[in-house]
Amino acid sequence: MSVVPVAPPPGSAEPAAAQSPVAAPRRDLGLLLVPPPARSGWRVVLARILAMCVVELQKLRHDRTELYTRAVQPALWLLIFGETFTRIKAIPTNGIPYLDYLAPGIIAQSAMFIAIFYGIMIIWERDSGVLTKLLVTPTPRAALVAGKAFAAGVKAVIQALVVVVIAALLGVALTWNPAKLLGVAVVVLLGSAFFSCLSMSIAGIVLTRDRLMGIGQAITMPLFFGSNALYPVSLMPGWLQAVSKANPLSYEVDALRGLLIGTPAHLGSDFAVLTLSAGLGIACASALLGRLAR
Amino acid sequence: MKKQSEPTGTTADPADQEEAMDAAEAVEAVVCTGLEYSFGRTKAVDGLDLTVRSGEVFGLLGPNGAGKTTAIRSITTLLPVPPGMVRVFGHDPARRQMQVRRMLGYVPQQLSADGGLTGRENVSLFARVFDVSRRERAARVAQAIAAVDLTEAADRLAKTYSGGMVRRLELAQALVSAPRLLVLDEPTIGLDPIARTSVWECIDEVRAATGMTVLVTTHYMDEADQYCDRVALMHRGRIRALGTPEQLRTEVGEQLDLAEPPTLDDVFRHFAGSGLANATENEGEFKDVRRTRRTASRVG
Repeated sequence: MSVVPVAPPPGSAEPAAAQSPVAAPRRDLGLLLVPPPARSGWRVVLARILAMCVVELQKLRHDRTELYTRAVQPALWLLIFGETFTRIKAIPTNGIPYLDYLAPGIIAQSAMFIAIFYGIMIIWERDSGVLTKLLVTPTPRAALVAGKAFAAGVKAVIQALVVVVIAALLGVALTWNPAKLLGVAVVVLLGSAFFSCLSMSIAGIVLTRDRLMGIGQAITMPLFFGSNALYPVSLMPGWLQAVSKANPLSYEVDALRGLLIGTPAHLGSDFAVLTLSAGLGIACASALLGRLAR
Repeated sequence: MKKQSEPTGTTADPADQEEAMDAAEAVEAVVCTGLEYSFGRTKAVDGLDLTVRSGEVFGLLGPNGAGKTTAIRSITTLLPVPPGMVRVFGHDPARRQMQVRRMLGYVPQQLSADGGLTGRENVSLFARVFDVSRRERAARVAQAIAAVDLTEAADRLAKTYSGGMVRRLELAQALVSAPRLLVLDEPTIGLDPIARTSVWECIDEVRAATGMTVLVTTHYMDEADQYCDRVALMHRGRIRALGTPEQLRTEVGEQLDLAEPPTLDDVFRHFAGSGLANATENEGEFKDVRRTRRTASRVG
């Protein structure tokens, strides 16, 4: 018969049951004797993406603080910058109120801000051993990176929803067509997948949080101001127009504008560029992930 | 003792049929043959020859920077090693990475549970990444959590757990896929004696029920003495002594002609202490050890 101390001895946070000097009675471990059958091929990738997205949603369910605090910045952009420039009428927007023109850009920006620092999370997971454990599971690196990328996308989509609600409250004439809103979610998902992979790739090169923070901050503003988020590309000098054409954020904003406020957009090429960028990002981040594991 | 079934996997490549036959007949859980691994100019593992028998608890001991973690990371596919240096149940991790990973349960040095998730969600994540079907997942996760005595705390966030509870949660994460080889890298580091005992009791009980092989590194000689069937003392990337704790104590006692039987701590000092003294005399080698430690610190 096991002898359980009346009170836990001082100096240990272990629960009383675990402090028994005699092992607890045998439990049913039947399922733990048989390894689960293995998935293969594309189903592995889908299963891992789903697993990572579920984790992200579970974390958001437990703690929504980040969701609320991250809503402040886009709200300020729309309220202060948007309202002011709407009055100034300095930026030609083909007759669309500037606030309406700006809202899709701010959705893309807030999604990018979430994704661009995802590499810090990967470094934190490396330091805390979580990444190491995941790398010892039957998960190809590309599937793990894709899972992380789309988990960032899920977080960004939820953030985008918050910004859409704020924009609607400020009177922006957004579409409520479910198919177009689904398109918006896909665009945000793909864009965030690319930017999170860019961040994870940089993490794989610089290897430390401090360096990644610096580089993240250094590239965020050029990506944002070098896109069509705040003003039309036609207003930019030639060299900046070239930068804008190579910037996936421009394609994300163009698609969001087309879907949300009905401006002329190149949806086909926007989706193609975003899909290709996400694919390249996943390939690049997967190749560099091994450096974090060593 | 119950025997675990072979994990599902196909060996369609004819070139690998010989390896598949070896795997089917494997009685050794891990075989390392001349394993080498370097970080830059620092040789962390230098010609390691090691065999871990199926079903045993094998302790890999040694001072900091001895190469234990690097050896473990090579075995667990975290570090790329050339073909032929490592076999896990007959499979070469260099060629059959996924098959090897399906047989592994791994607990790293750090307390690595995700504090933002509950205990159950932490284990469920690992059930998902090991392809446990939705139909079976909840029951399997519940059994893994029960196996480590965390049922009552399962729905609390892991950040509210004590160090010992986190370690047991990590064991549950490793056990949920029914691994044939459980690899524990200093599983009780930083825990108080009661938590250490509870972690080892969990390992012992599950191992007795499942027959899995356990490969563990530790700095606690009393734990190695009490819980390991065999131990290997590693120093400067190589095995310096190998046997049961009793055999090593007897051997060192006879070598040193001691009046009283030595402890495993004495055995550790006998094999590792002299090596460190030599390193201090040789500046270059000491620098190498320091660099290895910095690298180890960087990679966590």
